[in-house]
Amino acid sequence: MAKHLNIVIGGDAGQGLVTLGSLLAKGLVRSGYSIVVIQSYQSRIRGGHNTFTIRVSDGEIVAPQEPVDILVALNAETIRLHEAELSGHGVIVADAALAAEAGGAEFLAVPFSELGSKRVANVVALGVTASLVGLHHDRVSQTLADFFGKKHPEATEENQQALEKAFAWLSEQSVSMEKLPAVDDPPRRMMMNGNEAIALGALSAGLRFCSFYPMTPATSINLGVISHAKQMGVIVEQAEDEIAAINMALGASFAGAPSMVATSGGGFALMAEAVSLAGQTETPIVVVVAQRPGPATGLPTRTEQGDLEFVLHAGHGEFPRAILAPGTVEECFHLTRKAFELAEKYQSPVFVLTDQFLADSYRAVTPFDAANLEPVRPGADLSEASLPYRRFALTKNGVSPRLIPGATEHLVVADSDEHTEDGRLTEDLAVRRQMVDKRLRKHEGLRADTVAPDWAGDAGPEILLVSWGSTKGSVSEAASTLRPRGQRVATLHFSQVWPLVPEHFLRYFEDAERVVSVEGNALGQFARLIRRETGFEIRSQVRRYDGLPITPEYILEALDGQER
Amino acid sequence: MVSAADFGDYETAWCPGCGNFAILDAVKAALVKKQLQPHEVLFVSGIGQAAKAPLYLNANVFDGLHGRSLPVATGAKLVKPGLTVIVESGDGCNYGEGGNHFLAAIRRNPDITVLVHDNQVYGLTKGQASPTSQEGFVTKAQPDGVQAEPFNPIAVAVAMRAGFVARGFSGMADHLADLIVQAMDHEGFSLVDILHPCVSFNRVNTFAWYKKRCYALGDDHDPTDWSAAVTRAQEWGDRIPLGVIYRNDRPAFGKRFPPAVERSEIPKRVEACLTAYL
Repeated sequence: MAKHLNIVIGGDAGQGLVTLGSLLAKGLVRSGYSIVVIQSYQSRIRGGHNTFTIRVSDGEIVAPQEPVDILVALNAETIRLHEAELSGHGVIVADAALAAEAGGAEFLAVPFSELGSKRVANVVALGVTASLVGLHHDRVSQTLADFFGKKHPEATEENQQALEKAFAWLSEQSVSMEKLPAVDDPPRRMMMNGNEAIALGALSAGLRFCSFYPMTPATSINLGVISHAKQMGVIVEQAEDEIAAINMALGASFAGAPSMVATSGGGFALMAEAVSLAGQTETPIVVVVAQRPGPATGLPTRTEQGDLEFVLHAGHGEFPRAILAPGTVEECFHLTRKAFELAEKYQSPVFVLTDQFLADSYRAVTPFDAANLEPVRPGADLSEASLPYRRFALTKNGVSPRLIPGATEHLVVADSDEHTEDGRLTEDLAVRRQMVDKRLRKHEGLRADTVAPDWAGDAGPEILLVSWGSTKGSVSEAASTLRPRGQRVATLHFSQVWPLVPEHFLRYFEDAERVVSVEGNALGQFARLIRRETGFEIRSQVRRYDGLPITPEYILEALDGQER
Repeated sequence: MVSAADFGDYETAWCPGCGNFAILDAVKAALVKKQLQPHEVLFVSGIGQAAKAPLYLNANVFDGLHGRSLPVATGAKLVKPGLTVIVESGDGCNYGEGGNHFLAAIRRNPDITVLVHDNQVYGLTKGQASPTSQEGFVTKAQPDGVQAEPFNPIAVAVAMRAGFVARGFSGMADHLADLIVQAMDHEGFSLVDILHPCVSFNRVNTFAWYKKRCYALGDDHDPTDWSAAVTRAQEWGDRIPLGVIYRNDRPAFGKRFPPAVERSEIPKRVEACLTAYL
């Protein structure tokens, strides 16, 4: 049976916590383990309490876990806040001076000052922890060299010495904790988080233009694009505000560039008018909304699934859209690609709805077959357009041939006002009706291209767990925990939440004795949407809105509570 | 040979006597002077009576949201540098709703020409004050008179060292057409603030009011002299100077962005990017 460990690294911002966590996670991935990372941080650059949590296993894992097996405490506060979460065999790794803070838990008192200077304390902690879980020195050393060699070659020697001393020190300690079993021939895997995968998915789809205004937790998508922009020939511009960001992207898209904007709730609120503009001018655009708890500024660095209804309805007037909601890092990549394909095919705004948990959650990911994935082809060929050219020609499926201005001698005219087939403002009310109908006909195409929800588990289940977006892994693991207890359990996970196609899923609801929705908001927004679209009311709901990700333990506890 | 007829002749929604007609003719004259084919030009506009102007022309047009023409034009120009991109909209659109974009566009200096129909009043919404309305200007919405100083687009643009700053008047059509040609020739952000009367809603700044005050700057004004331009930009009231107030040769925006990658090249380049995550 696979062994799991949950490692929590805690400390102040500015102590090198993320570097330590990322290096440990990368060492684990390179050694063949599967990981799920949760990053929890406060909205500040120095101080505050922050954690980098790595759940690791020699088997496949897809969800975080709450009980802590190894608590790496870079300060006393970490011990105070997390000691109670330690599992029965849990170990605290901390400076010897902090031993007094710890109660009964096994304490690994690390003589930090003997193993390296204060500057490399995080590397000492890396060495001790890596060695504790059973990683080989050489692999961690290589990971460290890859990381610092590029950025700070001058620091390499001191870091390597500290790492070596930390490994040597641990080998002399007697530790009761069992190491992870070694993985023979580790598979070639990447360490990647959700936002990096969205950036790469966009690049793979042929992204040419990206404009943004910084906002947590979406900023790292834009930074991910920027890190490859030269190589991929992408124009990235930080705009004066989110309104400018999306309008610039629409201008670029109109001129033939596959375009994307990525933001979070408050920034998206500023973009809403331009979403409607994209709908009216039938300009393709991919909008990524990385959710965090609102209203207003809310909890800027925490997670929530509270913007589903907002994204579904944002923008005045009636026009078609699609909303994809990835549940894994792989889906972040592939569904972002799909978002570009749909945006181009249906000349509409298409959304990728993610959240802080998935944005920052590193996983071990098998490399995508990127060499065989085609980018989108923006605009139509002249041969597809009937002449005289009319940008908004009425067609059976509602999609009119989109020529790129300047690419041919034909004029491309788009108007935010209601317009005629040739794109010019009109107040002819018969034309108005035709244009509304034309635009809405694209909904049928989008519906036909909807990703069906992912069903797994027992037929005719006692419990059917229904979820969407980033909760996928936790729901799946909760179901795996319930089954050995003798319950028939199934899961139904939606990675596209609009359009909804009842034929895809209604029968599963009807077959289940009890349907339970699991989502990260207070109102049960997805359950409400299901009811609106199908009439089916999901009465049992597991909801979380304290800013933390939904874990398998959280689901199981909530279900126990509902049964009592 | 391109002629004015190539740019079409459309029925408009403007009031008889509106200054917009003369501006439309001046724009056509400038396009003819530049010998640009309609498909080589992209007009981006917002919302307002002025913003309708591009729809009365044969050209590529993106008529977007109120106030948002500048970012749309900037995005389009970056990905299609071969297009001649012209923003055409009113004072409310560019200086009110789009004020932040106006400042940002001056800072970036994209190679676009910005024609602002400036009649100091809102026409489409029937006569409210605009950002350039004079203090004390009485409207139905400001019955006690406007209680704010007018926005001075020329002074702001000069202060920020915009690439090309000019003022024209619909009542001096040839002079205006020449300014638009110069603005299009300029590589970078070029502003032409165009004074014109609103016959329906502005009874103060009438055709006669402008006619009496507007004068063309002579050779004695050196538009490359920033200090002289700062002084000239403050001149308003009995005398209103027209012409190129200020110009410089700041490099146009976008030179540091990478060129597009051939579509067929993209898959293997993405594959190369992935190695950074191993």
